[in-house]
Amino acid sequence: MKKLRMTKTAKNNFVTYFIVLIAYIVVQMLLKTGHMSSLMEGLLVPLCIYVMLAISLNLTVGILGELSLGHAGFMCVGAFSGAFFSKCMDGAMPNGIRFLVALLIGAAVAGIFGILIGIPVLRLKGDYLAIVTLAFGEIIKNLVNVLYIGKDNNGFHFSMKDSISLHLGEEGQVIVNGAQGITGTPHDAGFTVGILLIFLSLFIILNLINSRDGRAIMSIRDNRIAAESTGINITKYKLMAFSISAAIAGVAGVLYAHNLSTLTALPKNFGYNMSIMILVFVVLGGIGNIRGSIISAVILTLLPELLRGLSDYRMLIYAIVLIAMMLFNWSPKAIEWKDKIKEKYFSKVSFRKEKEVK
Amino acid sequence: MSFISYLINGISLGSVYAIIALGYTMVYGIAKMLNFAHGDVIMVGSFAVFTIVSTLSLPPILGILVAVVVCTILGMAIERVAYKPLRNAASPLAVLITAIGVSYLLQNVALLIFGANTKSFTSVVTISPLKLADGQLMISGETIVTIIAGIVIMICLTLFVNKSKAGQAMLAVSEDKGAAQLMGINVNGTIALTFAIGSALAAIAGVLLCSAYPSLTPYTGAMPGIKAFVAAVFGGIGSIPGAMIGGILLGIIEILGKAYISSQMADAIVFAVLIIVLLVKPTGILGKNIQEKV
Amino acid sequence: MKRFNKVMSLVMVSAMAASLFVGCGNADAPADNAAPEANNEAAAPEAAEAENGDAASGTFKIGGIGPTTGSAAVYGLAVQNAAQLAVDEINAAGGINGVSIEFKFEDDECDAEKSVNAYNTLKDWGMQMLMGTVTSGCSVAVAEKTSADNMFQLTPSGSSVDCVKYDNAFRVCFSDPNQGAASAQYIGDNSVASTVAVIYDSSDIYSSGIYEKFVSEAANQPFEIVSAEAFTADNKTDFSVQLQKAKDAGAELVFLPIYYTEASLILSQASTMGYEPIFFGCDGLDGILNVENFDTSLAEGVMLLTPFAADAEDELTQKFVTAYKEKFGDTPNQFAADAYDAIYAIKAAGEKAGITPDMDMSAMCEAMKPAMTEITLDGLTGVGMTWDASGEPNKAPKAVKITDGVYTAM
Repeated sequence: MKKLRMTKTAKNNFVTYFIVLIAYIVVQMLLKTGHMSSLMEGLLVPLCIYVMLAISLNLTVGILGELSLGHAGFMCVGAFSGAFFSKCMDGAMPNGIRFLVALLIGAAVAGIFGILIGIPVLRLKGDYLAIVTLAFGEIIKNLVNVLYIGKDNNGFHFSMKDSISLHLGEEGQVIVNGAQGITGTPHDAGFTVGILLIFLSLFIILNLINSRDGRAIMSIRDNRIAAESTGINITKYKLMAFSISAAIAGVAGVLYAHNLSTLTALPKNFGYNMSIMILVFVVLGGIGNIRGSIISAVILTLLPELLRGLSDYRMLIYAIVLIAMMLFNWSPKAIEWKDKIKEKYFSKVSFRKEKEVK
Repeated sequence: MSFISYLINGISLGSVYAIIALGYTMVYGIAKMLNFAHGDVIMVGSFAVFTIVSTLSLPPILGILVAVVVCTILGMAIERVAYKPLRNAASPLAVLITAIGVSYLLQNVALLIFGANTKSFTSVVTISPLKLADGQLMISGETIVTIIAGIVIMICLTLFVNKSKAGQAMLAVSEDKGAAQLMGINVNGTIALTFAIGSALAAIAGVLLCSAYPSLTPYTGAMPGIKAFVAAVFGGIGSIPGAMIGGILLGIIEILGKAYISSQMADAIVFAVLIIVLLVKPTGILGKNIQEKV
Repeated sequence: MKRFNKVMSLVMVSAMAASLFVGCGNADAPADNAAPEANNEAAAPEAAEAENGDAASGTFKIGGIGPTTGSAAVYGLAVQNAAQLAVDEINAAGGINGVSIEFKFEDDECDAEKSVNAYNTLKDWGMQMLMGTVTSGCSVAVAEKTSADNMFQLTPSGSSVDCVKYDNAFRVCFSDPNQGAASAQYIGDNSVASTVAVIYDSSDIYSSGIYEKFVSEAANQPFEIVSAEAFTADNKTDFSVQLQKAKDAGAELVFLPIYYTEASLILSQASTMGYEPIFFGCDGLDGILNVENFDTSLAEGVMLLTPFAADAEDELTQKFVTAYKEKFGDTPNQFAADAYDAIYAIKAAGEKAGITPDMDMSAMCEAMKPAMTEITLDGLTGVGMTWDASGEPNKAPKAVKITDGVYTAM
């Protein structure tokens, strides 16, 4: 029985990797043969970013079982630290290495923030935890908006007021300019890098889930008291999941910063709206279902773009489709109905077997 | 003197948050869901009043009545179509996401109907401001009305929940849906009633919000909605007096933070205070502490 | 649940694949169209001139980008409407060099990433020139792409410095620093006030850009900044603190480098608290009189530096405002005027450069760049506007004052 289960998870994970690989190959073929529209080409990197955000949030929401509404905050931290590094080091080291270091810095800074925020936050439960993560996300966004950092011959200058109070020298350059953010970050992000990072994130998360640590984390989700009484260090495992999730979001942020030449912390891209958007990916794709997160992130990012033809009605239709998909995916009645349909048409096919194994 | 003036401004702002938070906390307490669309129901209420009063030039009292009716029907319709099918879903998050969808939907419908241009809302309050200390301190008519309305609503709701049969049913449903059903309580009806009351309160909140801050766009409700959510959590979500206290405290903290620390970091200050309160008292100021059972 | 997910993922993957192919279909279309078009033009350039019917096969494709949904929708919709109005007028009058214009506007929700998506969508459609984007942040992101593609870009209202840092990008509005400096100079030169307070939006590029330049220029001027308070995008309903501080500091003038939506709230709150300074704003304040149902007496005495006022007496403005009102039902704001001028600037430069629809975007850009610096445009936002190679417009800001509910020149 145990062996059977192992192979099943391995197979399941393999399918996930395989889907990403196939997607990559198909896209590369289309790119090479010039059959890709500019819109799709431009969307490739954002798709990678949202996929990474969705799978990393799924680690917190699905595996750890805590509702976080501040995921965009970690992305923001990663984006700004990565872009800041790139902006300082532009020209001082080879592009490839600089970008790699920027990614590592983004991951590290976001991970540290994850631990710092996780220590107080993870003591709370349910909706209170959700609101506190939302609060942290908003605080991060607000602070980034009043952060001014400049560089001149005397080194770095910081201010929380405005760029005038940096008192830069003649040669000085304002790097982080408050609400105007960081402009002119080198464009390093590409689809291949994005896919490699997705593979890496998947590798980390899927291996974590199927490891001893992962089972400990899931046992906390399923029954905290039982887990505690079997000697599992709750704080340690909660922090582990939370900070890994934050670090991956930070990497996604670095990718985001190196894809657009302008980086500003607006309510739209790093506010609670974005956190909720990522949560929508996770819930729609199935809580705890990594593959589902990937697919729903792709679908929901593409949907508003594909609806552009509807002009004024675009966002309206998007909202209706979102509600309809949620009802279709989650309502017990709809699930029952779908089961009936499946019984009717697919009852003799492979689905049966799986149920018995379960 | 300026401190007292800031304090009064804080109470004005807080009273608006409080009245929104009352509706929020009502729905949360009974249906156990974060209704992200609540802010947008407020916006719909404001547009209803705007249409009646400013476009059709009818008396404000009629506008408020229409707004209450429109929002009540809207609230019940949303509950029936979007939330009820998901009540027994595998995860409580499903209905949260649907609420976000409803919020987008209401905003975009309003955008299509009323356009993106800012509308200036005519205050429905005609009471003249209260002047103190030789006119140096002033409490606006809107503030007086909002605070009185808030207190009246708070008392009525508390009485309704604790004394009436329907209110008792609400309490029972909020404690345990399954048990309530077994006791012969109409759970669906009770939750629909909750949404009706919550949405009617949203209409009144919308009118008072736009009277105090007379600018109306399809996105007017979004931010006050989130702030009211914070206020409700602050006071202990589900607690009716808690929402009132939470709202007013939030307003005062926001204004004093802006005045004495930094106007750029007002939001950060509000949220930082919220975090500290929740870390000290994890269920908010008046929240009930529920002991975890094995 | 597991089984269901499997089926669902299959459905979604196929949907994804389908959407990819839909994308390809779109990409192919313009390529196919381009070939016969080029042939037509090459074979019979004169014939095309003679027969108006042929113009349909060769049109200039101008794209526009801006927020038409979301909280900044009011600006994007104004630009979309006014640009469409200008395009219709030009087409009715015979188009550019006898060729009509096709105009398409895409939504960016005021988000840089969505803006790049919108740009790519327009490129797939076959856009040859870009009139956009409306907001600064998006404009900077898109300028990076247009520069890489060498596409001609004229932004009606992207005012931050970096919007026109590449040589293919021009703008119609003033830059933020320009407005900040001009405002400080105007207040100083005309001795409008000796103590000034500023209320600005610290989370907005436009507002903080003007504010910074205003403060540094104020050092050279005979007035003193006694209070500078900010608000943010998430905190813009209550301005009592900012106003109270300005009042306590004894400011005679409050400088508002912000948009009119917030300004209308500031005016009404100042009036409630009995504070009556001079309010002074920039072009973002234009439109305040047209806020539906707004009590215009609150705006009495407000001064603003703006290139456009919908109540101006000149024929061009009158004609534009009447046509706009007729078609879209509300009064155009300064964004609309900028967009209207942008389309006419493209027309003027296009005629100067002698562009033809069969040129590719890069060749068109090369032709348009020098032509932009040679034209002189009498538009809604300035008479005798010229551009230099840096992309900045040269036009005089007009100071207007609101008296009796209408703008009057000062």
